[in-house]
Amino acid sequence: MLIPLTVAVAVAALALAAWCGFAAYRDQPTKDWHFAGMAVVTVLALVQLVVGVVQLARGEKPDGGTVVFVSYLLGVAACVPAVGFMSLAERTRWGSATVAAGAVVMAVLQVRLYDVWGGGHG
Amino acid sequence: MAEPSGPRVPSGPPARPGLNRGPGRLLVTLYAVFAIGATSRSVYQLSTRFGEAPLAYLLSAVAAAVYVVITVALVRGGRGARRVALVCCAAELAGVLTVGTWTVLDPSAFPDATVWSDYGLGYLLLPLVLPVIGLLWLRRSPAGAGAA
Repeated sequence: MLIPLTVAVAVAALALAAWCGFAAYRDQPTKDWHFAGMAVVTVLALVQLVVGVVQLARGEKPDGGTVVFVSYLLGVAACVPAVGFMSLAERTRWGSATVAAGAVVMAVLQVRLYDVWGGGHG
Repeated sequence: MAEPSGPRVPSGPPARPGLNRGPGRLLVTLYAVFAIGATSRSVYQLSTRFGEAPLAYLLSAVAAAVYVVITVALVRGGRGARRVALVCCAAELAGVLTVGTWTVLDPSAFPDATVWSDYGLGYLLLPLVLPVIGLLWLRRSPAGAGAA
């Protein structure tokens, strides 16, 4: 359950990064539709957070340790909202570039999350 | 004549030093990510398994501190902060080059990786790229009026 979700979040984050990167390339600030996209990615991350915590509550043990695992889950969930606020304050192409960067960081965190969870089994 | 007798005061609000405007916003965000990531990782490593790789973990802690200082300096802007950021970016560049070379020449000194191992290859080389961009940005960004 967690691994498919991790892949989904990573793909969604990369799509968001490409979209906002394109906006930055065209010299545009983030628009309403971008924020809708950020909301979707954030909701996915929150679902992942809940699912991850439920798995822990069921007694599953992440390879990398529970503390690290939960920290990564929280970091993932915080990524896009943080850069979203940044882009509200920066109404230029650089706001879009910041969101793109935050989304890339989020995708990278998914890879680490996969390792911490223990990849292969479950 | 209504000339003010004192030193001339610039009219209007003082120009905000634009260290975290425009491209600076992206730079600050990346530094903030590294500051948070490196600090939490470092606290975890130092508190749970310091004995396994003391050198690597201490260097990670130093790197984390440098990232935090640079992030704060870039956010604050202003003359002093600009100087602090300049020194720390230079230190960061020196650190990543030194540790990077060290890990390549003598991998056994580092049982566990640091942010700066292999020139930050594990972090998309960002640890090497960030200080360079930071130094360029500090040179190019509009300094506060008269702060030269």
